[in-house]
Formats: sequence, structure tokens, C-alpha cells
Amino acid sequence: MLRVDVRREFPGGSVEATFDAEGGVTALFGPSGAGKSTVVNMLAGLERPQAGRIELEGDVLFDAARRIDIAPERRRVGVVFQEDRLFPHMNVRGNLRYGLRRLPAVRRRIEFDPLVALLGLGGLLDRRPATLSGGEKQRVAIGRALLASPRLLLMDEPLANLDAGRRAEILPFLDRLREELALPIVYVSHNVDEILRLADTLVVMGDGRSRAAGPVEEVLSRKDLRQWTGVQDAGSVFAATVRETGADGLAVLAFGGGELRIAGGPPPGTRVRLRGHARDVSLALDRPTNISVLNVFDGKIVALEEDGAQVDVRLDIGVPLWARITRHSANELRLAPGVRVFAMVKAVAVDRESHGPSAGVG
Amino acid sequence: MALTPLEIEALGLSLRVAFWAVLVSLPPGIAVAWLLARREFPGKALVDGIVHLPLVVPPVVIGYLLLVSLGRRGAIGGWLYDSFGITLIFTWKGAAVASAVMAFPLLVRAIRLSLEAVDRRLETAARTLGATPAQVLFGITLPLTAPGILAGVVLAFARSLGEFGATITFVSNIPGETRTLPIALYSVLQTPDGEQAATRLAVISIVLALAALFASEWVARRLAARLRGRP
Repeated sequence: MLRVDVRREFPGGSVEATFDAEGGVTALFGPSGAGKSTVVNMLAGLERPQAGRIELEGDVLFDAARRIDIAPERRRVGVVFQEDRLFPHMNVRGNLRYGLRRLPAVRRRIEFDPLVALLGLGGLLDRRPATLSGGEKQRVAIGRALLASPRLLLMDEPLANLDAGRRAEILPFLDRLREELALPIVYVSHNVDEILRLADTLVVMGDGRSRAAGPVEEVLSRKDLRQWTGVQDAGSVFAATVRETGADGLAVLAFGGGELRIAGGPPPGTRVRLRGHARDVSLALDRPTNISVLNVFDGKIVALEEDGAQVDVRLDIGVPLWARITRHSANELRLAPGVRVFAMVKAVAVDRESHGPSAGVG
Repeated sequence: MALTPLEIEALGLSLRVAFWAVLVSLPPGIAVAWLLARREFPGKALVDGIVHLPLVVPPVVIGYLLLVSLGRRGAIGGWLYDSFGITLIFTWKGAAVASAVMAFPLLVRAIRLSLEAVDRRLETAARTLGATPAQVLFGITLPLTAPGILAGVVLAFARSLGEFGATITFVSNIPGETRTLPIALYSVLQTPDGEQAATRLAVISIVLALAALFASEWVARRLAARLRGRP
């Protein structure tokens, strides 16, 4: 359990963050300049807050009132920076062992060989950082941080300096870390796809403040945060579990709004995160019959928000669901808060799959 | 051409003086370079100025200051003699001190530049991996500064080999004790028909300096290759 409540002021601004993170991946999300990296540095002990408190697993890492400020080397908080920051005068093995070799054996939680295998670093151990590709370097940096057996891993936009190809090379490793290591991770990003794939908890940062914190599904479905998330059409995000795969190739998924069927889903038991665009949801006042859309849910209108010729309709179908329709249709159907409607969901995307026991919240 | 006993004596003495001058000034050189590169403190400009003084003041002035302070009756020299029985004046040790003082600014400058070029972000990364500030200094910072330290050492060594003014003022011109190559060259020029001997000493000096330069180039290239990852 990580509890953060810190404030740091500097000439021309300040950064404030308040959030709790349990296990799993907590994403710090927001536009550039929102203060995300400052929060990471404060957690690692590299920047000192003027006020507040940081607590990890019941240990106080920082407390302004009690004048506690544990040195970075004693916090056991690992950091993967945006740049790889590998030591150029050591080979990959030397880099990987840098934190490991100063760690007392009793504190070792992660062993060398399995982690090297997990990150696919076996063939690189005798190479120098200068001879590695960007993706390989970042994998070594992740391995180096993990082998110091931290109690918390901070990742400050670890994929931001990589092109799409290298990013796609690393993401599966991050999936495996999330699945296989019971290690809380704070992951900084301004890329919504990375967050939907990796994060359990979402902290939205904007203008130097943490604006909201909670399960990814809940926070990303809130429209009032869009000025900070920059996500214009996030639509709706749900957590779901694959119940069965039918003979017709359709997977049946259980989620807060009932059952949802998609073509060619993952195997039963898989927990998935689904995202549906608001524009892929149509509304009807009567239960539609004889239609090709597989997924129809009934629910109530919670709110309508006009946006030019369009209207964003917020529904409650057991979970929040957004529909984007024309203002013309909204007037025609006399839609208003409280009206019962049927929502036809034409498409959803599977953003992540988890197989192990749940490591986090949400 | 075989070297004469006098030439061998001067050459050996020069090497010994330069070797000890660099060896003794290296640890304080690194410390001062680190202070100037990494720390802000009151009087920093003054320290910087004092370190660079030998570069801008006539060597004979430095020699005179050494004579006054490190002579038998000088404040430091008297204490050294009374407490440890160490005499610097008119000895090769004194020549090493004079060379060290004259070469110190070159040593500090090279190391300081190299320290300032080290990526501080590597040091913070090392801290998050559990390294104390001292472990970061010896495991990350100094190894990455090695090319600059080497450059400083070579510069200081070459400067020590050529040191003349401060040395002759402080420890005089004593054959076998303080008569290094430059002083020997100066001496033979004072004698009639000394031109040939002077030429030979000049050639020895040039060969020595070039050898030091080539050796350092070779080591520097190997160091750089190690940092870049080619064995």
C-alpha cells in the first residue's frame, strides 16, 4: 500500500499529488508539464517536497512535519527512467547486478536467472549498453531496477523515447511483469493505450495537481476529466470476465451491465478490459428486434451533454455507458434524464487480458 | 647515441621528480576538482583563483613563495623539519613540490572539465539502486571521469618534466639532487662550448615529452573504446 500526499513548490509553479495505490499498476496520467515526473522524483527521494507525507507498506519514507526524509538508496523504490540511464562503463551483466550486489540476501525478492529469462536478456549479458538497441536498453534498465528487489517500482514514461516497433517489443514484457510479479508499480504515461493495457488504478494529473484517482474504468469514463486526459472520445471502459466460448465462435463476457458477446474472444476465465467508443453506441426507446447488433442493454439516461450538433448521453446500464448521437435524434426521441432506453453496442475493443489472480484493484 | 652519466642522472631525476609530483598531487587534485565542479560554497571564487595562480604568476614568484613558506625557517618548512625531520629546500623532494604546485592547475582543470561532463542522471539512477553517495563517486563518477583524470595526469607530468623557474628558485641547481633536465640544459649553456651537450639534452626532453603524449593517447583510446563498448 502506497499513500501519497505531497506538495512541492518551485519558482513559477507547484506540484501537488494526493492518492493511494494498492497492488497492481497505478498510472499517473496527464499532459506534459502536469507534474508527473516531479511526483515520481519525490517518491524516489530525488526531489524533496515542502510539505506532506509518503508512506509505503507502513513505512514512512517522507514526512515534512516529522522531518523524515529517507535517502533514495534506503527507500527501496526502483525507478525506470524515460532515458535508459545505463552505466556505459559496465556490460549488461554489470548493470543488472549493480543494485542486486548491494542487497542483503534476505531482502532478495527477485532472482537473477528467472528475471533475465522473463525479460529475454540472456543473449545480451556480455554486451555494452552502447551496442544495444533502444528497446534492449530499456529492457535492461527495467531488469536492473527490478533486481534491486524494490518494494515499489516507478516507471517514468519508459516507452516515450521508443518508436512504435520498439514499444510493441517491450509492452508484452510489461504485461508479464504485471502478471507475474506481485510488485506495485507506478507508471507515468500520457498514452491512453498504454494505460488501458497496463493500469489498474488511474491518477489523473493536470496543471500540477492530481485531479482524480480511482479504478481505470471509472476514471476514464468521467467526462469532466477530459480536459486533463485529452481523451475526446474515450467512450466507456469496462472490466469483464470471459464466461464461455460458444460453438459459433462467440465469447460470452460477464461485466457490470450483464452479458456481452464478442467474436473470437480470449479463452474462458480470462479477465479483460473492454473499451467502446461512444459513437459506436446507438439508442432506441423500444427493445429492438430483428437486428444484427449482438449486444443490447437496457438502462436509464443519467445526463445529456450537448456538443455542437452532437449530444453525449450518459447511461446507467449497471455501469456507466456513453452514447454519442445527433442532437436531432435526441430531440426526436425526447431523451431526457430518467428516460429508459435500449443501448445497442456495435463494437468493443479488448484492451488487455489478464490470466493470473487479480493483483490489483478495479 | 649512448647517454652520458650526467644525462642519465638528469633524466632519472626528472622522471623521479615528475612521478612523485603527479602522484602526490593527484588525490588533492581530484578533491579540489570535485569541489569546484559540484559544490557551491562561500569563497569558491577565491579557491578557484588560488588554484590557478601558478598559471598566471611568474614561476620565479611561486619559487620565492615556496622558499619563504617551506624553507627551514618558513612557517610550514620549520614545522616539517622540527616535527618530522623533513627538509624540502635544496632536495629533490622540494623539486617535486615545486613541480606539483606549478602543474596543479592543469591537473585540476582537466579533471574538473571531465567531472562536469559526467551525466548526473546516471548518478541519481545509481542512488535509486541502493548506492550511497560514496559508492556512486567511486563506482560511477570517477570511472566515467577516468579519461579526464588521465589527460590531467599526462599534462601535469609533462609540465613537471619542463618545470624550471620555480624549481631553480626554491631548490637551486644541485647536480644529482635538483639538477633536472631543464636545469641541466640551462647549466651547460652557461659553460663555454656547451652547445652540443645542450642539443642532446633538448632532444632527450622532446623525446620524453612525445613518448608521454603517445602513451597517453594510446591509453585514452583504449579507455574511450571501453566506455563505448568495443573491446
